[in-house]
Parts: sequence; structure tokens; C-alpha cells
Amino acid sequence: MSTQIPKQTEESSETEAETQPASKGEERRAEKRRRAAERREQRQEEEAEKAAADESTVELKVFRYDPQVEGKQEPRFDTFHVPFTKGMTVLDALMYARDTYDSSLTFRHSCRQAVCGSDAMFVNGGQKLACKTQISDLDEPVRVEPLPHAEVTKDLVVDMEHFYDQMEAVEPYFQTNEYPDGELEEQRQDRENREKIKMSTRCIWCGACMSSCNIAAGDNEYLGPAAINKAYRFAMDEREGEDIKQKRLEIIEQEHGVWRCQTQFSCTEVCPKDIPLTEHIQELKREAVKNNLKFW
Amino acid sequence: MYEHDVVVVGAGGAGLRAAIAAQEAGADVAMVSKLHPVRSHTGAAEGGINAALRDADSWQDHAYDTMKGSDYLGDAPAVEALCQESPEEVIRLEHWGMPFSREDDGRVSQRPFGGLSFPRTTYAGAETGHQMLHTMYEQVVKRGITVYDEWHVMDLAVTDEDDPAERTCHGVVAYDIQSGEISGFRAENGVILATGGMGQVFDHTTNAVANTGDGVAMAYRAGVPMEDMEFIQFHPTTLPSTGVLISEGVRGEGGILYNEDGERFMFEHGYANNDGELASRDVVSRAELTEVNEGRGIEDEYVHLDMRHLGEERILDRLENILHLAEDFEGADGLTEPMPVKPGQHYAMGGIETNEFGETVIDGLYAAGECACASVHGANRLGGNALPELIVFGKRAGRHAAGEEMGEAEVTTGRSSDWEPADYEFGVEVGETDGSDPAAADGGAVATDAESVVGGAVDRAQERVDELLSRKGRNHAEIRSAVQETMTANVNVFREEGRLEETLEDLREAREAYKDVAVSDPSRTFNTDLIHTIETRNILDLAEALTMGALAREEFRGAHWRKEHQERKDEEWLKHTLISWNDGEPELWYKPVVLEGENKTYEPKSRSY
Repeated sequence: MSTQIPKQTEESSETEAETQPASKGEERRAEKRRRAAERREQRQEEEAEKAAADESTVELKVFRYDPQVEGKQEPRFDTFHVPFTKGMTVLDALMYARDTYDSSLTFRHSCRQAVCGSDAMFVNGGQKLACKTQISDLDEPVRVEPLPHAEVTKDLVVDMEHFYDQMEAVEPYFQTNEYPDGELEEQRQDRENREKIKMSTRCIWCGACMSSCNIAAGDNEYLGPAAINKAYRFAMDEREGEDIKQKRLEIIEQEHGVWRCQTQFSCTEVCPKDIPLTEHIQELKREAVKNNLKFW
Repeated sequence: MYEHDVVVVGAGGAGLRAAIAAQEAGADVAMVSKLHPVRSHTGAAEGGINAALRDADSWQDHAYDTMKGSDYLGDAPAVEALCQESPEEVIRLEHWGMPFSREDDGRVSQRPFGGLSFPRTTYAGAETGHQMLHTMYEQVVKRGITVYDEWHVMDLAVTDEDDPAERTCHGVVAYDIQSGEISGFRAENGVILATGGMGQVFDHTTNAVANTGDGVAMAYRAGVPMEDMEFIQFHPTTLPSTGVLISEGVRGEGGILYNEDGERFMFEHGYANNDGELASRDVVSRAELTEVNEGRGIEDEYVHLDMRHLGEERILDRLENILHLAEDFEGADGLTEPMPVKPGQHYAMGGIETNEFGETVIDGLYAAGECACASVHGANRLGGNALPELIVFGKRAGRHAAGEEMGEAEVTTGRSSDWEPADYEFGVEVGETDGSDPAAADGGAVATDAESVVGGAVDRAQERVDELLSRKGRNHAEIRSAVQETMTANVNVFREEGRLEETLEDLREAREAYKDVAVSDPSRTFNTDLIHTIETRNILDLAEALTMGALAREEFRGAHWRKEHQERKDEEWLKHTLISWNDGEPELWYKPVVLEGENKTYEPKSRSY
């Protein structure tokens, strides 16, 4: 597919103009419709002109695949030329391409501010959140693909079920056997301890780390960086107590747990929330060793 | 067909809390959401949760601040419930492991926020919503509550009696985004709508792309009145280019607003001589735009929010997330330069009319959170009051739907004896256009038994999807952006009659255009073109109701400013605006606000900060 130029969609304005307006309100609305159609035409012409002038547009090559639609069952790349605006992100460019050229272009996105974790993608060969990746920081053409090492559902959408299963495998919820007496009394937590778990609580479940991890690619049962980080978040939280920590260390020490990590740091490099994932995994390994020594 | 006791639509803060509460009360619960729960927009909330936790504070003071902040359009029984129950709910979150910011003695931290008489905003850095959302989802995982994620709820399954007050909701119809399957969800006890905000009605908004007000629009078309739709909060500090939110926490910690001349205008131009930057949000937003309109804005567009003097240590400790947002989305370094900010759509005070237990006028249908209007926020929401609303009213709706006895409600729903018809002539036709989106159900099925009501709703939804996929027509995107443009241009912070009328005409035009809408992606797999097209219909209905309310309310109260009506008119307007869909012919009416609380009456006073 080559560059798409926006098509003229507005043809109804003339026929509407010919019909006798029923009332003053109708007349006014018909006039407004005519004006809107003119504005629209003008805008589309401008867009097409802009798209044609190479310097002000960005060239996107986007992975396309749909198991159900003829012509898309074989994966391919489509090229879109998107007018560049200051501050434009990869997500902005994809939305423009979808809303202007091809409404079937499919990707997950919601908050636009790097907190919902919906739009992790493979951009120019790296796992990125599309909403916080500036086009101006990238080489052209910008190549956008779905996250590697996950099954592609359609276009840039991958199946996240396996990721969610791994997250849920580490008992990802707070547990303690000791609550304060009063119902309105909080558990105390040192500022240092809160600081210690702070980065680990920033995870937005985007899946970039899991996608970047060679070990996870080869061992489907490996818990992966995000799930181990979730375990870290609780294991290091002093509010849970020693008995619970014991149980947590057993979970992460299993065959497909922390010992699989070969400290390649790829997860840490791609994490859009700057969580020191590899360090957390290493620290849990040390905790596990210390814990095992206790029983010698 | 899936069957559960309670079906919760939406899986953000209110939905998660409702599901947990219903399950604890013994119900078999399922959550149905178009997003996976952790993608919900509760996660973007930054500032905090108001709760009177300390001895020197009291729920009564919190209630007083909230009533004043609401410009006396909050209903006291709902406001008092919020303030009484927020402390126990906040401590519950702490007991569920939520990582709050801490004081030296290990207790949870609190900070000052706009319009509060005590620093009672409990927080986790500037990412309170993210921590709250994840903490509650963890509890849902722990409890094994069923979640149907990436299922888009298209419609409610409601009986079709003439009087909405006699109707019953038996479930919902949802579209599985992954597979394209349409299925009914029968709810034995009740359906709880927790679908969040409607920010996509505007184009400069802090809301997510998914915040299209689906629940409000569905309830509206099923016969539940929408309440106080004209009251939209424009947050004073959003990044100019994207609408990304910069927390009120920045001002709470001591951040200062400056105009182009370097004046601290909140004081120097007399907008809020006592509270300055920490005046209520509506006051600060109007002040900023006045500065810009009078030529003292920067690049004629925004003002500066400066937090450099707080020092790196304090900023990193309490506002770190703000540094990332300003850097990533505006290219500004909050440690070394002031951040550009301007008002942006942030929150809908109005929504689905409910009482203080989340019940709507339709039997078996509840709403909680931003989509609902109990009303705790009235004409203006205070910062830090949205998150407690989610947990307090999510819990209440969940328990009530699960069958727990909770006593008599004091806030009425539907037309009780004191309702009043509106006599406003709009001059522009509103409501359903002939033949627009024919299968978008309004009212309900002819059948009355639950199975057939749900079955009928499924058939109509199937017909609608098949029609949208098979016919040729125009794409929804252009219609959606036309609506967003006119709303942002004309139904913004400052509102005037002529432009509001013009907006109704623009919306009429958009409705006409929507008649020809079609989905060009033929796929049954992850067809976001289809989902967005359905959402756009919801945006249209909401934008229209919002504008109708803004035209009819001829006074200036809270967030609703009218050029022609520069004062609050308590004689005439201490009442809620309600709009009933009325099978396609929207009807405007009023009911009085409830100012009588448990032990006192909140007498309207002039509101200055």
C-alpha cells in the first residue's frame, strides 16, 4: 500500500442544498452544513498538500495482520505519511493515520499519559510506550510492530493473557497476619521502607519487559520480570511480616522463578517507568540465599 | 447468556470497590469492562483522597467544605455519607497494602488541597490513583472475582413500562472485543454502572480516550434522568499541548501561578485574596482564562505554574510523577523552569441520577463513581473528593445490590412530589433524529420476564452491529471531532447564550451526519472502529444534554458561568437540573437540592476564598 490521501467523503451537501428548506432553522442549518462541507473540503485539501510535501510529514511503516480479513491474513507493512506537529508522539501519529486514512488500523490505547500501560509496542526495534515516545527522537521511517514474543491478535494488538497469568501466579496481593487493633488505625510503615518499594509499585503492566526478555522467550513458564517485581513489591514491604515473606521467597524460588534470570538488563532498559527490574530480581536472589542459609 | 447475582459495568475505582463489597455481602459478582481493570482511568488520578483522619479534623468540617465547594448544590445526605465513611475506607485501603506516602512516625501523610479547611488529602506521591487502582485490583484477584475484560457493554436490558420508575433492569448486553461475540449478562440482583467520566465530549481533556460516558448514555436512553449535566469541572493546571493533568498537589505543596508579567495574579489581581492558588478549582480556572483574555497570558494561551522554590528533595519526595509528566508531555523541567498550564476539561459533576445508596429510578440499576450524581459535588467538585467518592459509593452500591438492608434513602430519585417542569424553549430540535442508529435501543423490550428482556436486548444489539458492519457510509471520527470542537469552543469555562445555541445547532448537524455512519473494518476481531462508532453515539447524546442544561440554567453557580447571568440566584436555582430521554424527546425538569443534613442545615453563604 502506498501513501493514502484522504478521500472526499462529503458529497451530500449539494443535494441537500437543492431541497426546499422547511423553516428558518432548517435554512440556517443547511447553510451551516454547506459551510462545514466547504471547510472540510478545504481542510482535506490542505492535509493532502501537507502529506505530499515530504519534509513536514513522518513516514510510518506499520505492521498489519488480521486473521479474519482477506488480504490481511498474510502479515504485511503499510506505509502512512502523517503531517508532523511539534510534540507528536508515536501514538498521536497512529491515531492520525487511523482517523484520516484507515479506520481499521488497530492498537490499544487509553490514557495518553503513560499510566494505563495499554500501548507498549515495538518501535524501530525497541519496546516503547507509544504515547511517551516522541517522533522527533526517532529515525525515519518509523517502524511500528506489535510486541515480540507474544501472539498477535490483530495489527499492533497482542494477546496479554499469558502476561496476566504470570502476574497472578505470584499471589499479587497484600497479606499479613497482624493488623492494628483499632479499625481506624493504620499500619505503620517507615519512610525508608516505603521508599524501598516505591519504584516497584510503579509498574503499569504494559508487558514491555516480558517482551524484551530472552529467557521468557525461551521458557514460557518463566515468571518474567514484571511478576517477579510484583513479588518484590510485597516481599520487601515490612508491613507483611516475616512469615509471609517466607512464603513469598518460596514462590519466587521455584524452578521458573528468579534463578532463570541471566541479568541481561534488557527488561530494565525498556521499562517505561524506569523500574530497576534486574536489580530487584538480583536482590530477591540474595534474599533467597540468605533465607536458605538460615536453615543450614 | 452469562448469569450472575450482580454485574458491575466498568472496572475502575468505583467498579472494583463495588464488586468487592457485593462479594463480601455474599453475592456472585462479575465485572464487565471494555478495558482490562488496570487500564482504567482511576489510575491517572494524582493528588489524593480527602479523609478526616486526624483528631484535629472532623467529618463535619469536611462536609462543610464540600457543601461550600459545591456552591450549595450538593445533597447533604450524600455529602455527609462521603465524609463520614471516607476515613474507614482510606484505612481499609491501607490495610489492603496501598503504599501511601508516610510521615516520620510511620503514619499516612496528608497535605493541603484547594477549598479545604484542614490538610486532609491523603496521598501516595502524585500517583494516588494508580496505587489505589492496583491495590483494589489485587483484592479482586485475591477474591477470585470474575472479570470479563475487553467486553464492551452496548446496552442495558430493561423492561419497557411507560413510566421509567416502574421499569426493571435485568442485565446488560456486551460485545466481546476479542471475538466479536455478542452476549447477554443476566443480573439476578442488580447492575452497577461504574463507567467513569465523559471527557471525550471535549477535545482538551485530562480524561482517557476510553472516557466516553457510555454508562451515563445507556442509563439515559433506558429512562434514568441525567442530573446537573451542565456542571463540568475544568482543571486549572493541565499541560497546554496534550491536556495531561498536573496535580493540584503542586499548589497544595506551595506551587505558585504567574502570568506573563510575572505577577502572582491570584492575589495581585484579587481573584482569591485569602487562599490564592488554593482557591477552589472553578475560581482558579476562571482567573487563568481571564488573565489570558486580558492579554497577560503567555503566548496568549497559558500561565506558569512554578514549584522550583519547593526544592528538589521535597519535589522528588512528594511530586516526582509531575516531573516525568511535564518532561515527557511538554518538554518542561519542573526543577529548573516554571511549567506551562491552562484549564482543561477534567471531571463531570453531573451524571446518572442516584440516591445515596447508588440506586437509580429503575429497579435493579445502580450507578457509582464519576458516572453517577448522588450528588456529592453539586456545582463544583473539590480536589481530593473524587477518589473517596469511588470507594464510599462503590461500596454502598455493591452492598445494596447484593441485598443488604441499608435503610431508607433521603435523596429521592425520579419524579417525587416536589418536581417541577422546566419551561425553557430551546429553539433547536433536540433528541432522536428519525432513523438515526435505528437499533440503538431506547426504552426496552416488550417482554417482562428476565430471560426474554435480556434476549431481546441481545437481538437488538446484534442487529445494530450487523447493520453498522454491512452498510456503506461515513466514518465516525469526523463527527466525533466536530462535537469535541464545538463543545470546547462554546461550552467551556465561559458560556454565553448565543454560542450555546449555536452549539445545539452544531450537535443537531452531527446527529444528522451520524445517520449515515458506518464501520469500514469488516473484522470481527478487535474491531475498534466499531467500538468507537458506538461510543460516538454516546458522546452525541451527552453533549446535547450538557448544552441543554447549560442554556437552561440562567445563573452563575460553581463551575457554571453565564455571561448574561453574573450571579448565583438562590431564590430560583437551589435545584438540580434533570433531563429525561423520554423515548427520544428529551425533557427538562427540576428537583430541589437537599440542604438538610443529619444534625444541621447548610445555609447558602457567599462563596469566597
